[in-house]
Amino acid sequence: MGAYLLRRAVQAIPVLIGISLAAFLLIHLVPGDPARILLGAQATPKAVATLHEQLGLDRPLPTQYLNFITGAVHFEFGESLSQKVGVGKLIGTRAEVTLLLLMMATLLSITIAVPLAVAAALRRNRPVDHSIRLFSMFTFAMPSFLLGLLLILFFSLKLKWLPTSGYGSGFGGHLRALILPALTVGLYLAPILLRTLRIGIIDTLGTEYIEAARARGLARRLIIFKHVLKNSVIPTVTVLGLNIGFLLSGLVVIENVFSLPGLGSELVTAIGNRDYPTIQALTLVFGVSVVAINLLTDLLYSYLDPRVRL
Amino acid sequence: MNGTASELLAVRDLTIGFPAPGGLLLAADGIDFDVAVGRTVGLVGESGCGKSVTLRSLLGLVPYPGEVLAGTIHWRGEEMLTASGKRQATLRGTEISMIFQDPTSCLNPVFTVGNQMVETLRKRAGLGRREARTRAMELLDRVGLSAPEKRLAAYPHELSGGMRQRVMIAISIATRPRLLLADEPTTALDVTTQEQILALLKELQAEDGMAILLVSHDLGVISETCDEVVVMYAGRMLEAGYDREVMRSPRHPYTRGLIEAMPSLEVTDEEPPVPIGGQPPDLTALPPGCPFQPRCKFVRDQCAEIPVALDATLAEHGSACPFEGVRS
Repeated sequence: MGAYLLRRAVQAIPVLIGISLAAFLLIHLVPGDPARILLGAQATPKAVATLHEQLGLDRPLPTQYLNFITGAVHFEFGESLSQKVGVGKLIGTRAEVTLLLLMMATLLSITIAVPLAVAAALRRNRPVDHSIRLFSMFTFAMPSFLLGLLLILFFSLKLKWLPTSGYGSGFGGHLRALILPALTVGLYLAPILLRTLRIGIIDTLGTEYIEAARARGLARRLIIFKHVLKNSVIPTVTVLGLNIGFLLSGLVVIENVFSLPGLGSELVTAIGNRDYPTIQALTLVFGVSVVAINLLTDLLYSYLDPRVRL
Repeated sequence: MNGTASELLAVRDLTIGFPAPGGLLLAADGIDFDVAVGRTVGLVGESGCGKSVTLRSLLGLVPYPGEVLAGTIHWRGEEMLTASGKRQATLRGTEISMIFQDPTSCLNPVFTVGNQMVETLRKRAGLGRREARTRAMELLDRVGLSAPEKRLAAYPHELSGGMRQRVMIAISIATRPRLLLADEPTTALDVTTQEQILALLKELQAEDGMAILLVSHDLGVISETCDEVVVMYAGRMLEAGYDREVMRSPRHPYTRGLIEAMPSLEVTDEEPPVPIGGQPPDLTALPPGCPFQPRCKFVRDQCAEIPVALDATLAEHGSACPFEGVRS
C-alpha cells in the first residue's frame, strides 16, 4: 500500500509543476505591461517602476518563477493590490471558511445519500425507490442559488432557526452559519452519490459472495452493512473525489448567495480588481487542492479495495 | 422410504417456477429424492437443467423472482418449505452448508480470509474472537492448507483457485454440518486440483459422516464421488438409481448419451466420446411429453404423449422412458 501511494504521489509532481507554471505565467499573459494596465493610463513612470519592483517584474523570468515558488512554499504571495494585506494571510482566513463548508457539505451529502441508497437498492423498482429517485432528481436539477434562497426563505426568514447570511462568530457560530450553505451544496452532491451507490449496491447484491454469505446463514444486517456496503462504496469514492474537486471552484455562487467570506467570493473580487497576486495565489491553491483531493481519494480507494494495492 | 432414522433430507414433488414473458417457466418440475446420513447423492445434467436451483431451494435461496410452487422438503422429519424464514435461516450454515462453483467469486474480495472465517465461526458456531481464530487455523490445516496463519491474513485474490476452494470448504465444515451442498465444486478448477478437492471432500465425509449433495454437469465427477445419481433434464428427472447401476446400465437415452459423451483419460480402443446432438432445451418452448425428444436418437410418435415420471423409485433404478425394451 505504501509503494502504491508513493507512486501516486510521485505522479502528482509534474501536475503540480504544471499548475505552478500556469499560475505564475498568468500575470505575463496579460497583453502589454501588467503594471501599466493595473495602474491605468494616467500613471507616472515612477509609479509604474515602483510597481514593477514590488511585483518583481524587473527581474529575469526564471528568477521570478523561483521566487514565486519559494514564496508559495512559505504561503507568501506578496501583497494584495486591492487590500493592503499579505495575500497569504488574506487567503488563509478565507480558505478556512471554504474548507469547513466543503467538509460539512460532504458529510451532509454522505449522511443523506447512504441511507437513501440502501433503502432504494433494497426496494428496487418499488414505490420507495421511485420516490427517492424523484427527490434526488428534484434537488439535483434545481440550480443551487435557487435552492439556497429557498432554504434561507424557509429556515431563516420563516422559522428563524438559522442566520440568513454571514459567517457568524466563534466556532459554534461558524458551524451554525454554514448549515444552510452546506445543505445547499450537500443536496446537489447527494443525488450523484446516491445514484452511484444504489447501482453499486444492486450490483453487489447479485454477486456470488453475497449468496455465499447468505448460505452461511449470516444475518441480513451484517451482510448489507458489512459485505455489500464496503464493496459498493468503492465506485462511489471515485465519484465523490471527482465532484469535490469540481465543487471547490463551484462554491463561488453559494458563497455569494450566503455572503460567506470564502475563497470563491475572494476570487470574484480579485478578478474584478485585477489583483494579480491574489489571482495567482488562488489559482495555485485551487490546483494544489484538487491534486490533494485526488491523492486522498486514491488513499481511501486503496484502503477499501486491497486489489489496487499492487 | 420416509421417516427412517437414517433419513436426513426428503424432497418430494419439488416444483420451482420463474415468471417469464408469456407464462411460467418451470426450472424444476416434480423432483423427488432423498439424502441419507453419510451418503453422497449426485444431481447431474447440462447447464440450465435446474440442478443448481434445486440445490438452492434447499437453503431457501431460490434467486428472485423464482419461487417454490409446490412440493415438500423434509429436513430430519421437519417440513422446511412452510417453516418460518427464521427457522430456515438457523439451518443455513449450521446443519446444512454450501460450497460453490467459482471459489474466486464466492469469497468477498475486500475482506481477508481470516475476517470471513472468523465472522462465520463467531456468528454461526458461537465462538469468541480468539477461539474463532484458533479454530479457523485448525480448519485451514484440516483442509490441507499450509501456513494457516499466513492464509488468514491473505485476501482472496492472493490465493490460487484450489486454495480458495479449500478455504470455502473450511468455512463450510466449520459448524460440522450434517449435509454439505456442493454446486459444481470442481468445475472452475484444473484436473489435478479437481481430484484433490474431491479426495478432500471424501476424506472429510469419512471422518465426520456428513452427507453430500453434489451437483455437476460432469458425469465423471458424479460417478467417482456419489452413491446415488439423479439425472435431470429441462427441470425434470429422467433417471435415478444407485451410481453403479446407472453407470453400468443406463436406462434413459439421455443418460446413455451423457455416458457416451464422457471423455476417458486412459487411451483405449473404445470409440471416442460422442457428444449429444442438438441444443440444450429451451424451457420456454418444451415439446409436449418427453422434453428430450428433439435430441433423442430413438424418438417416436408416442414420445409426445408419455407422462414424464419415473417408472420406479431410486432404489429400484427408475427411468422416465417407457420405450426401453422396444428400442431398435
